[in-house]
Amino acid sequence: MGLDIRLPIGIIFTTYGVILILYGLVADPAIFVSSMAVNIDVWWGFAMLVFGLIMGILAFRASRREAR
Amino acid sequence: MHLHIVDYAIIIIYFVFVLGIGFALRGRMKTSEDFFLSGRSIPGWITGLAFMSANLGALEVMGHAANAAKYGMFVNHFYWLAAMPAMCFVGVFMMPFYYGSKVRSVPEYLRKRYDEKTRTLNAFSFAVMTLLVSGIDLYAMAILFERLLHWPFGASVVASALVVAIYIYLGGLTSSIYNEVLQFFLIVFGFLPLAILGLKAVGGFAGLQAKLPNAGYAHTWANIWHASQNPMGINWFGTIFGLGFVLSFGYWCTDFLVVQRGLAAKDMPAAQRTPLVAAVPKMFFPLMVVLPGLVAIALDPQLTKYLNGRYDNALPAMLGKFYPSGLLGIGLTALLASFMSGMAGNVTAFNTVWTFDIYQTHVNPGQPDSHYLKMGRFATIFAVAVGIGTAFIVLRFNNLMDYLQLLFAFFNAPLFGTFLLGMFWKRTSAHSGFWGLLSGILAAAAHYSLYHYHAIKYPSDMAANFYQAIWAFSVCVVVTVLVTMFTEPRKEEELVGLVYSLTPKPRNQDLPWYERPGILAIGILALCVVLNIIFW
Repeated sequence: MGLDIRLPIGIIFTTYGVILILYGLVADPAIFVSSMAVNIDVWWGFAMLVFGLIMGILAFRASRREAR
Repeated sequence: MHLHIVDYAIIIIYFVFVLGIGFALRGRMKTSEDFFLSGRSIPGWITGLAFMSANLGALEVMGHAANAAKYGMFVNHFYWLAAMPAMCFVGVFMMPFYYGSKVRSVPEYLRKRYDEKTRTLNAFSFAVMTLLVSGIDLYAMAILFERLLHWPFGASVVASALVVAIYIYLGGLTSSIYNEVLQFFLIVFGFLPLAILGLKAVGGFAGLQAKLPNAGYAHTWANIWHASQNPMGINWFGTIFGLGFVLSFGYWCTDFLVVQRGLAAKDMPAAQRTPLVAAVPKMFFPLMVVLPGLVAIALDPQLTKYLNGRYDNALPAMLGKFYPSGLLGIGLTALLASFMSGMAGNVTAFNTVWTFDIYQTHVNPGQPDSHYLKMGRFATIFAVAVGIGTAFIVLRFNNLMDYLQLLFAFFNAPLFGTFLLGMFWKRTSAHSGFWGLLSGILAAAAHYSLYHYHAIKYPSDMAANFYQAIWAFSVCVVVTVLVTMFTEPRKEEELVGLVYSLTPKPRNQDLPWYERPGILAIGILALCVVLNIIFW
């Protein structure tokens, strides 16, 4: 159908990952008491960032293959 | 639950993307086939995840988390006993007929296999059921908005309905399927930390078992033999036959909401793989819904600390307890995503059945294609509007899942009997389908009124639903067989491509082993048996 769904998924997960990591680094550590003293924002933000980048790369490679 | 600006930002970004996908696809909807079936062009992994996601509505996440808090690990049966075998069956045995006969909807298959009246009965009952179900997701979304943003229930219902209406109106089934894939990943990433943090909080699985109200909560099978020993009050027969066979096969094999995703696939192997791709994440979903429900009841056995007296609060309450700002935004987005994908699944299925099976057939046949495309868009708005009304019906039930299984027991259970006989017994006559289906629905209605007025008693609403499904299915099968005995069979050449014994089997020999539906299905079922044994 033309639109590669991996592209929007890649963009939204990369964005969320960056937001979570930045917020986790500047936020008051007291908010992480509820998450069992783990800075879950940074960790999970990193996981989302990696997933977003993989999706983005897959979409990018597919579009290059199509162009060729 | 206290929301920070970062959480609002995350939720707003999600809405922008969802609507953006709708706008990006707007120009591509040229024919009714594009709008309703995505031009049959989508790869199997995408339709598979959409198949999974369309089923992942509010009742799936909030409903099963609530059930886990109420009934314990017994809820795993909805996944490992009910969904897995049915999903494998529809992929391997039924998809060839749906996809191969080029029908555009489940009712259309019934017209080809039986006759027009069978199709019309099914189209109407499906349309009614779908509209009643779509209210569940709106209700859940509205409850969430009400608690988070303190919006009034009515305004929340309308706002959430509007977003879904816009993206389907613009991009039809493709927009719905693409959003469902996005929603699927958001749901996984949004709920997985809850399982990790929840287990950590109660001290691992052993700690969880120790904190549950009674030992039965931590077992899937151990208490099934006697109705008195498990919290749902259902014995092995009701569970295995009612849930594991009738209700689950009825839903996964005949509900157009899920089957439609397979019809959008680009070719037969992709269509067959659609439910099988979906089965893999589905198998592990108890981790994301059952586990948080168990953690909720372990931490709050009196329902007073976090649950606020309602099991349905289990999942949002746990999100609020464990997630700090930032991740909370992701968790709430996941919750919204699940409600929207569930609602969208119902709306796209409804607009297709309405346009093809009711409007084009009975109201206004012979119009140019663009007319039906326009009707599909109009039906989208109509479905959402009625969904808003049904959200207020749902408000009257105290457990979402009880409401849903009641509807399934009415409509899907007898339909499965009609399909089973139609697809696998070539003698089944054209007339018998209608009378079987009708008497099955009437049997469900009779059973429901007897239960409702206390003429028959069950230990729980869920038990009543399971037995209602068994009665509806059995009556449908018996009546269909009886009517068949006294009516003319159809000519065999008319049934090629519609009945199992008269149709050439799809040749998958040239596919690599990991793409063959049969092998995938066996792998899935084997893994499923292992999970059942581990969590016995």
